[in-house]
Amino acid sequence: MSMKRFGIAIAIIAIVGLLFAAWMVLIPGPTAFASGSSVALADYTGPNPAGVPKELASADPIARGEYLAHAADCVACHTAQGGQPYAGGFAFNLPVIGTMYSTNITPDKETGIGNYTDQQFLDALHKGIRNDGQNLYPGMSYASYTYMTDADALAIKAYLFTLPAVHAPARENRLAWPFNNRSLMAFWNAFYNADQRFRPNPTQSADWNRGAYLAEAMGHCGECHTPRNLAFALNNQRKFAGALTAGWRAYNVSSDAKAGLGAWSDNDLATYLSTGHADGHGGAAGPMGEASDNSLTFLTAGDIHALVVYLRSVPAQDTDLPRTVNVPAPASHREGVTADLDPRGEKIFAGACASCHDWTGISPLSKYATLTGVRAVNDPSATNVAQTVINGVDRKTAQGRIFMPAFGDAYSNDEIAAVSNYVTARFGAQGARMTEKNIASLRKQVAQQ
Amino acid sequence: MVTLQINGQSHTIDAPDDMPLLWALRDIVGLTGTKFGCGIAQCGACTVHLDGKAVRSCLLPVGSIGNRAITTIEAVGETPNGAKIQKAWLDIEVVQCGYCQSGQIMSATALLNRTPNPDDSDIDAAMAGNICRCGTYVRIRQAIKNAAKTA
Amino acid sequence: MSISAKDAADLSRRNFLKVGTAAGGGLMLGFQVGDAFAQEKKGAAEAAAPAPAKYVLNPNAFIAIAPDGKISFQIPQEEMGQGVYTSLSQLLADELDVDLANVTPLPAPPIDAIYGSPRSHRMSTGGSTSIRGFYTALRQVGASGRAMLVQAAAQQWKVDPATLRTESGQVIDDAHGGRKLSYGVLAPAAAKLPAPQDVKLKDDKDLKLIGKSVKRLDTPDKVNGKAQYGIDVRMDGLKIAALAASPVVGGKAVRVDDSKLKAMPGLQLVVLDDIVAVVGPHFWAAKKGLDSLDITWDGGENATMDSAKMWQELRATSLKPGVVAKEDGDAPKNLSRAQDNRIDVAYELPFLSHAPMEPQNFTVHVKNGGCEMWGGSQVQTSAVAAAAKTLNTTPDKIVFHNYMLGGGFGRRLDTDMVVKSVRIAQKVDGPVKVIWTREEDIQQDMYRPAYRNVMSANLDKNGKIDAWTHRIAGGAVSVRMSGKPLKGGLDRGSLEGATENNYGAPNFRVEFIEAPPKALNIGYWRGVAPNNNVFATESLMDELALKVKKDPVAFRLAHLDGTPRLKAAVQLVAQRANWGSALPKRAGRGICAQFAFGTYIATVCEAEVDEGGHVRIRQVHSVIDAGRIVNPDTLMAQVQGGLMFGFTAALYGDITVKDGRVQQRNFNNYRIMRINEAPPIDVHIVASHEPSGGIGEPGCTAGPPSLVNAVAAATGIRLRKLPIDRDILAGRKIA
Ligand code: FES
Ligand code: FES
Repeated sequence: MSMKRFGIAIAIIAIVGLLFAAWMVLIPGPTAFASGSSVALADYTGPNPAGVPKELASADPIARGEYLAHAADCVACHTAQGGQPYAGGFAFNLPVIGTMYSTNITPDKETGIGNYTDQQFLDALHKGIRNDGQNLYPGMSYASYTYMTDADALAIKAYLFTLPAVHAPARENRLAWPFNNRSLMAFWNAFYNADQRFRPNPTQSADWNRGAYLAEAMGHCGECHTPRNLAFALNNQRKFAGALTAGWRAYNVSSDAKAGLGAWSDNDLATYLSTGHADGHGGAAGPMGEASDNSLTFLTAGDIHALVVYLRSVPAQDTDLPRTVNVPAPASHREGVTADLDPRGEKIFAGACASCHDWTGISPLSKYATLTGVRAVNDPSATNVAQTVINGVDRKTAQGRIFMPAFGDAYSNDEIAAVSNYVTARFGAQGARMTEKNIASLRKQVAQQ
Repeated sequence: MVTLQINGQSHTIDAPDDMPLLWALRDIVGLTGTKFGCGIAQCGACTVHLDGKAVRSCLLPVGSIGNRAITTIEAVGETPNGAKIQKAWLDIEVVQCGYCQSGQIMSATALLNRTPNPDDSDIDAAMAGNICRCGTYVRIRQAIKNAAKTA
Repeated sequence: MSISAKDAADLSRRNFLKVGTAAGGGLMLGFQVGDAFAQEKKGAAEAAAPAPAKYVLNPNAFIAIAPDGKISFQIPQEEMGQGVYTSLSQLLADELDVDLANVTPLPAPPIDAIYGSPRSHRMSTGGSTSIRGFYTALRQVGASGRAMLVQAAAQQWKVDPATLRTESGQVIDDAHGGRKLSYGVLAPAAAKLPAPQDVKLKDDKDLKLIGKSVKRLDTPDKVNGKAQYGIDVRMDGLKIAALAASPVVGGKAVRVDDSKLKAMPGLQLVVLDDIVAVVGPHFWAAKKGLDSLDITWDGGENATMDSAKMWQELRATSLKPGVVAKEDGDAPKNLSRAQDNRIDVAYELPFLSHAPMEPQNFTVHVKNGGCEMWGGSQVQTSAVAAAAKTLNTTPDKIVFHNYMLGGGFGRRLDTDMVVKSVRIAQKVDGPVKVIWTREEDIQQDMYRPAYRNVMSANLDKNGKIDAWTHRIAGGAVSVRMSGKPLKGGLDRGSLEGATENNYGAPNFRVEFIEAPPKALNIGYWRGVAPNNNVFATESLMDELALKVKKDPVAFRLAHLDGTPRLKAAVQLVAQRANWGSALPKRAGRGICAQFAFGTYIATVCEAEVDEGGHVRIRQVHSVIDAGRIVNPDTLMAQVQGGLMFGFTAALYGDITVKDGRVQQRNFNNYRIMRINEAPPIDVHIVASHEPSGGIGEPGCTAGPPSLVNAVAAATGIRLRKLPIDRDILAGRKIA
């Protein structure tokens, strides 16, 4: 490294350090928004918010571990596209920083976690330190899992150790300097990993506490739904205000009536959480589709209810998303279209989309294909619309297969931009202004190479 | 058991709710004029009418249809617009292999049901979902216009 | 709807004319084929020579006349949209003098000896050969039938047959007050007469149907849902199967987890090495059952193949010397002397799927040591042979009912779908219809081979082509189909459209080098060799014209004195397309002049390219000289449809491979042009008395070169690889 580069590095680290310091003071913990103060779990007298729900209280340890592994959604990140579950290899593409890959957490001794002791496993989950003492990157959500109880973490470990061992060496991360230096993360941890277990809040209900545990320690909702600061840490001052994560938009799930979930009924919310779809609101796709099918769908009704209670309590966070349009578009293609759009958008919609989504947005075929009222088409960035067009949807749910073909291979970036702009203009609150370059960037962010 | 109103007749068939209408028509009811082309609403070969409106039967679960009237290619000729479209199709010999044409005719008839005098833009909007591998598009466009002109 | 192969074989064995009963009764007539088209086989250039006129009638069944005068024709070619049921009926009916309204075309049973094409002696519908093969033969059959019916009437009335005439299925005696006898009544007597040896065909002026745009016979049932395609077969006890074949060519299923299937009642699992199928009461159940399986495939050595490697191999092979297919003068020597005014270039064409609208399917009932089967095939007798071979039996144990084809395009020249269906049916009790999903259809195709054309040409000081070399590198479908290596390294099926030297280069060489692809099976695809060769030739012609700053039409015309029919077509199409008139910015015209399939066609495509690299075809003009025409409207439809087929390929067609697997799945990523992309197409037919040329394919092969030349005119960017790369046209990528 040349002296000049070294100098720049020092400068960057210094600046970043200062920012850290500034933000650290300002960033509250994930449940700090709630009134009343928290206590250590041991001092809490209410029902235990951790562990498995009562239905599984007497289940065998493996079944309990499996439930918790689902709740923590380990599989989503630790499985490559088309790969063996839990064998790692999923790519995270971060702008500027580079690409990193999740690792193998099957019990393979050589390439997985087969040699991890309980303590090493806890250190990984709570402190972000792997068994060779090296730091993990916070792409692994240990800053959330740190709130998980030892018992729950070890139950998950016990479950993981029952899986077939898969030999799958970790893929080499491709990170830009200085991020390729793992030891920097020690620094990060000092500021951003609380390294403390979940603290219940006795002034809140039992459901709230359970929901908080599920959302924060297990489901790590904030990792996608809470915006990050410059140091890549969750900015809980804007808790659940929505963020762009891995090329998809995680929506505002605060209780804001306009931008968040405030206008959703409890029932819709529970249905959405447990099935990944709620009539009139659309369905989960992309990472949320996976969270739905790999994780949330396994939760008991009681746990879903707890999540709803907790979500409802998160203060409203305003975002600049316009209010969702709930009325169908006109039945004629002639009406309701904004004039200055690239005419290709309508052309592609007519050929590839209208058969299923209809010109009105109310699908004649499947409630899952209805666009009216769906968040994605009301997001004027059209991020998720474009990603859905590119990648399609293929969810196997308890209600059956939810499928939309992927158009990314045969349609060019500006065609996808055009149709995304058209769809948001026709069915949503405001037409997007995607360009060819935006789509190219979205593709990069989800690329699994 | 699902009861469907097909071409003016009531059929009670032994089919699971999630079975697409296409396969109920073809494999159970025995109406094979409705074709399978893609199974993912991309080609239009499976188009039928629900209350006069074109829908892709390959993705339409029989359990979601209820009492709505299903019309297939076998009976669309009994509707005024269906008859007009079929005649226009024959007059200028639209058809080649014919496999896509059940769907084309159903889509075209639904278009006339809604828009008696379609122009090119209406035709594009209504027909772009129907693929013809034989490339009969030029004639489809002409035949629709001809049909609209016949009183 | 068809008589079985066995019935027909019995008929053919009886060596006399007879009143048949199997196909409705009445007179049955056929012809014996000599090597009538030996001449044409010598080379496309000589194809224009008139076909020999002599056919010997023998008692085979082409025409059956029932007592009520209804007539059925056994049509030896498959109807797949190209209109042969009608055009071949026109040939018969015109000479026989019957109304088409009374004619029912039926699929002929699979017997090469009777129904084989006079060109190939095989039943095969492909290569635009139906009319070329049967034009004279079927007219003679019709004329012979008419002569026999007249003779029968003359005997009954005891008059000179020369005094009688025929009209609309009746023999009329004008000299006796116009008394009439219908063919239905005369047929039994006519059938006992000896077949005439030399019949005179009608004079052109007397033709009533040939050359007329009569209404097609197959279309009424195609607009009301009655037409029966293979996929529509129904019968008592029919089961339906969905299948998954190894996604990698040569792979095997090593593990099939059917734990979920076990919970689904009424389904049968069939695992056959490289095929896994689920059989059920209807397709939905079978498909759901198949989806419930967890299949582990071992792809074998092809599992590491991908498109990049395949192209690398093809490029490497294309640089080796090939086998000389045609040589005039000394092109290499002249080229080596001409360093300045020469062009060296390579054109690349991708693998393509056929994707006919009707996915592959076959219905088979294995029984009695053989099988009965139902389906659509372009090669009826080969289908029977393939089934027999699979069942380790003889073809006489196979009964085959051929059906309408929901598109062929060459896909159904192969019999892999027959073999797979028979193999599955062997495990099933009773008849089973095996249906390919669209995904399976696209991923298990016999693909149009990828080609690389290495070409050089130079111009003399007058701007005329001096030397021209063209090396075609690609897979030889004949090798894949026959399993036998090429004789002398030359694949005749890869040369048409390259070896004719239409532009009269004094020094001219065409070479072929076989480059069999790994990981994909290859097959014939609409347009066959000219697909590749016309694209390469017409691209290079434009590049040469540009080199000497000549207008592409003028440049071609200057080279076409030796090919006057093509020259005339080019002149006319330029006129009709307003060649040279002003166009908006970013729009351009491209020409393609082509002789293939015995047909001359000149095409002008007008296209426009936007800033994003998107191509819109504005309009297209073709002038076609296909010799004598049987049905002009059908010809026009074929050219229109063929052009669309070719444009679709040029714009979107690309089969790619990753980890040995085809990546395209369905119409979402194997894109087909839609009506809102379709240009108006003007087709002009040149009146001609030359022998008929083929019409199913010329449009298809004329599409891509005319489009790419138009794109070059619009943008100044020469694309040498298909499909059209929008990123190159948008300036985001270098060609
Ligand atoms: S089969 Fe339904 S749209 Fe293609
Ligand atoms: S007529 Fe053959 S696919 Fe349309």
